[in-house]
Amino acid sequence: MAPAKTASTSGRRSAAKSANKSVSKSAPKEFTGKNTPDFGKDDELHAYREMLLIRRFEEKAGQLYGMGFIGGFCHLYIGQEAVVVGMQMAQKEGDQVITAYRDHGHMLAAGMSPRGVMAELTGRQGGLSKGKGGSMHMFSKEKHFYGGHGIVGAQVSLGTGLAFANSYRGNDSVSVAYFGDGAANQGQVYESFNMAALWKLPIIYIVENNRYAMGTSTARATAQANYSMRGVGFGIPGVQVDGMDVRAVRAAAEEALEHCRSGKGPIILEMLTYRYRGHSMSDPAKYRSKEEVQKIRSEQDPIEQVRQRILDGGWATEDDLKAIDKDIRDIVSDSADFAQNDPEPDASELYTDILL
Amino acid sequence: MPIDILMPALSPTMEEGTLSKWLKNEGDAVKSGDVIAEIETDKATMEVEAVDEGVIGKLLVAAGTENVKVNTKIAVLLEEGESADSISADAPKADADTPAATSDAAGGKAREASEETPAAAKVPAQPKLEVAADPDIPAGTEMVMTTVREALRDAMAEEMRRDGDVFVMGEEVAEYQGAYKITQGLLQEFGDRRVIDTPITEHGFAGVGVGAAMAGLKPIVEFMTFNFAMQAIDQIINSAAKTLYMSGGQMGAPIVFRGPNGAAARVGAQHSQDYASWYSQIPGLKVVMPYTAADAKGLLKAAIRDPNPVVFLENEILYGQSFEVPKMDDFVLPIGKARIHRKGKDVTVVSFGIGMTYATKAVAELEKEGIDVELIDLRTLRPMDLPTVIESVKKTGRLVTVEEGYPQNSVGTEIATRVMQQAFDYLDAPILTIAGKDVPMPYAANLEKLALPTVDEVVQAVKTVCYK
Ligand SMILES: Cc1ncc(C[n+]2csc(CCOP(=O)(O)OP(=O)(O)O)c2C)c(N)n1
Ligand SMILES: [Mg+2]
Repeated sequence: MAPAKTASTSGRRSAAKSANKSVSKSAPKEFTGKNTPDFGKDDELHAYREMLLIRRFEEKAGQLYGMGFIGGFCHLYIGQEAVVVGMQMAQKEGDQVITAYRDHGHMLAAGMSPRGVMAELTGRQGGLSKGKGGSMHMFSKEKHFYGGHGIVGAQVSLGTGLAFANSYRGNDSVSVAYFGDGAANQGQVYESFNMAALWKLPIIYIVENNRYAMGTSTARATAQANYSMRGVGFGIPGVQVDGMDVRAVRAAAEEALEHCRSGKGPIILEMLTYRYRGHSMSDPAKYRSKEEVQKIRSEQDPIEQVRQRILDGGWATEDDLKAIDKDIRDIVSDSADFAQNDPEPDASELYTDILL
Repeated sequence: MPIDILMPALSPTMEEGTLSKWLKNEGDAVKSGDVIAEIETDKATMEVEAVDEGVIGKLLVAAGTENVKVNTKIAVLLEEGESADSISADAPKADADTPAATSDAAGGKAREASEETPAAAKVPAQPKLEVAADPDIPAGTEMVMTTVREALRDAMAEEMRRDGDVFVMGEEVAEYQGAYKITQGLLQEFGDRRVIDTPITEHGFAGVGVGAAMAGLKPIVEFMTFNFAMQAIDQIINSAAKTLYMSGGQMGAPIVFRGPNGAAARVGAQHSQDYASWYSQIPGLKVVMPYTAADAKGLLKAAIRDPNPVVFLENEILYGQSFEVPKMDDFVLPIGKARIHRKGKDVTVVSFGIGMTYATKAVAELEKEGIDVELIDLRTLRPMDLPTVIESVKKTGRLVTVEEGYPQNSVGTEIATRVMQQAFDYLDAPILTIAGKDVPMPYAANLEKLALPTVDEVVQAVKTVCYK
């Protein structure tokens, strides 16, 4: 198995490389994680827009939380945008997505409406779950988005079940199940791996390794911090991917989707990424230094990388990008206005949607 | 001695079967493992293997005989040098009412005993648990305003100082100082051998805790919230609660499972459940759910010392509330004893944990209207201090229960049932139970308010049972 290649185009991440050596032979040869990214002007501009929408949306959500419009837990996706955007760019209609509570970015990337997401955050009737789910629990049948789950690790088995349904029906959809580095330690993840490998289920397990689970760094929580290798015992190939580089993510996604669609079973993509904000709004984040955060923001920011390439390639001018920024800001403001003014759900909703 | 071959039971429920075929004849030599006969039950055809070596001396039940009762002698095996003459002619009939007495089958004997002497199967009375009263707080003891959070931390720290086998483990309990800061300072005082951060693996670390407890350590397992203990509930119930019984009293699990339980604020359906009635159903567990800081401290200390598994249900909203706690060297309260929070004569209100916040406010309002409530804080849900409740109801004749959990099979409905059974003649009104609504917790602020009980609901219920 050669699960631990770094599908990075920038070569910036060296930590991943040193961990690679030990595994080799039993690799299913097919999967390399080395798909050459072929990322043109349209791709860059699309990725820029999509990632910027998530970033601005999350910043607004943080602001509304501070103003008391959003309650409970609110987990922002800032810093990790390239992961969902790159994945989504490779997926096709019908592929399912499932994730945990840090889900706003996944929903926006899946094409769910910013108004619907924001109004769910404020608990209003126009929210995607009529205000009954909240930040952590949102779904869209139409967009094949299966949540939005508050229980760490649960979505991994559920995602495996989505893949089971694809296999059962004989369609060629692939289930894309996201989970964190912390969630990767839950037992049901490995129970799922075994079944998925045994039954050759079409599923991409995406470990969003943002280096922390709440206040616990990966080094303090796991004996094997190379998550791409977590499938070795089950014969599931995996690769580490530079999750800050949207091109690398899409390239890995394309190959992984192909692997799944061609009936070869599950695959693991470990996305090396980083969350800029605290775990949730109430986390003072004392477990890491400001310098650590600042260094990644200034050197690896996923949006800044794309922006720079667009300008360097002469694909758009500063003014063009400003126009995009303004457009995005308008969409986000509109969603926030809607989410603040939409009424709360009718009291009669208390007893609906419990059973059919 | 000739060896009797008995009709075997081939499933836990098999009582009789058809001896369909003999595969050995009289005079044949058999080794252990040889198939000697085939037996048909209603479910399957099974082979009977010889256990001992010898020669078939006699086949006592003919092939094709139906309804051969389990443990009937079906053949006799002769050992070397024995002759068939030594077999006494006591072959039972296949449909004999009484199974043949056997020399070796303990199972056979048990079966016999239960059939012949039904009196022995009488269910004995459940022993009553004697629980001591709260310790006296010496006059002049200083009372210190303390938050529930600090009280819990102090209880753990005191017990860890007292006993080196006590340790605490859970997610974010050490370096982060606790997700809700209950373990604040413990890592600094006790070090990382005794204050242990776990990965997010509830089922695994709950099991590790129970195993360590079986080996004699005294773990405190913190669940970040009890919602996540659902990942681990198998180890809590199947391993922690049942081991003492299953081992015939040889080993139990002196362990505390603790953490916030029930609804916090706006955290939605998956993070808001109250497990009070769930755990309170399980024999082999003790279940504590304190309201005040003093009870939190005294009962957590008791829970850590208790040789049994204790589920200790806290509440995030109560963590920051302050109460008087006596400044004593070793303030330990008895598990299993309710506390009369306020004496009264008109009506009894029973609550526990966060439910007490509704109850205390309702009592204050009712007082203004001239209704004198006796308010009981159960504190422990298992074993439940029903005598204190019954005594109060005998005085007041009226009862309302208050809790946040779901209404079906709630702690309140349990109390209502038992009071109805044990104090029916004293009741002057139907018992009312106030609980959360029968819905998953909604996120929207307005719906969340509706899903939880309210002070007004308690006030109205009390008025209703008082016919006012
Ligand atoms: C079963 C369970 N245990 C604990 C929690 C509390 N919790 C919520 S998020 C989290 C950390 C998860 O970290 P990770 O999987 O790395 O995802 P990230 O937050 O970094 O996206 C924890 C412990 C939970 N929600 N569910
Ligand atoms: Mg993480």
